[in-house]
Amino acid sequence: MTIEMLSIIAATVAVTIGSILPAHAEGRAVASALESIARQPESAGSISRTLFVGLAMIETTAIYCLVIALILLFANPFAGG
Amino acid sequence: MSPLETTELFHLGGVAISRAVATTWGIMALLAVVSVIVTRRLRIVPTRWQTVLELFVQAIEKTIGEITSHPPKLFLPFLGSLFLFLVAANLASIVPGVYSPTAQVETAAALAAVVFVAVHYFGIRISGVRGHLRTYAEPSILTLPLNVIGELTRTFALMVRLFGNIMSGQFLVVVILAVVGLLVPVPLMALGIVIGIIQAYIFTVLAAVFIAAGLADRPAKETP
Repeated sequence: MTIEMLSIIAATVAVTIGSILPAHAEGRAVASALESIARQPESAGSISRTLFVGLAMIETTAIYCLVIALILLFANPFAGG
Repeated sequence: MSPLETTELFHLGGVAISRAVATTWGIMALLAVVSVIVTRRLRIVPTRWQTVLELFVQAIEKTIGEITSHPPKLFLPFLGSLFLFLVAANLASIVPGVYSPTAQVETAAALAAVVFVAVHYFGIRISGVRGHLRTYAEPSILTLPLNVIGELTRTFALMVRLFGNIMSGQFLVVVILAVVGLLVPVPLMALGIVIGIIQAYIFTVLAAVFIAAGLADRPAKETP
């Protein structure tokens, strides 16, 4: 296998795993935030603001994987040429 | 068609001007002209446009005020223009022939660097140099390296988040357009509008959170 083929496989694996787990985590965060809003609708504003910031933090891990995949595909330091 | 490479448009006195920089200048000019036109004749009893303007400014001010314990008027000029610029830059790709400058990693890095500088600017301005440096040694001097590392990684994460989201939305549209054909990526472009506005909001809120975290805890001054 060449470096290019390995890079494509590695990029696919990185994006796959790196999107499944953050998606699961974001789903759990949104679910518990919705539960809290249903229980205390008066604090919906602060809960949703904290939720957005937390979602951004969780999403960062997925985007790190995306960036690693992009580097492997387009700016691979090991592939010749 | 790598999303990491930049397109040079023209040279200005030996300096290559990329497409992202030219688009940024265009957005800056647009925002400046719109701001001048809207705020030219302000009245006590607002006209239609002034009502819209006041709605925007008050919404941003209220959001900042909920995050910091300091008077939001201090941060409103910086965070408000950051938000408006980000919304304009993220939504620029809807216009045919225009590409979002934030989909380039340099623009996102520049914006994250601006936030990094602003954290220290507001920190030193409000609590002084000594007070600002003291926030790094809290809760104990042992956490100093962690605080410094956290300062750098969160700036990097801010850059990667903005770049990754906007670039992936734009890149997806390009790929699907090449594979499937015309009009198919329209729902994805609609999703891109939502993501662009949400990312502008998140970037601004995180900048406000970082600035608020960089301020030494002291009782908030009374707003007049």
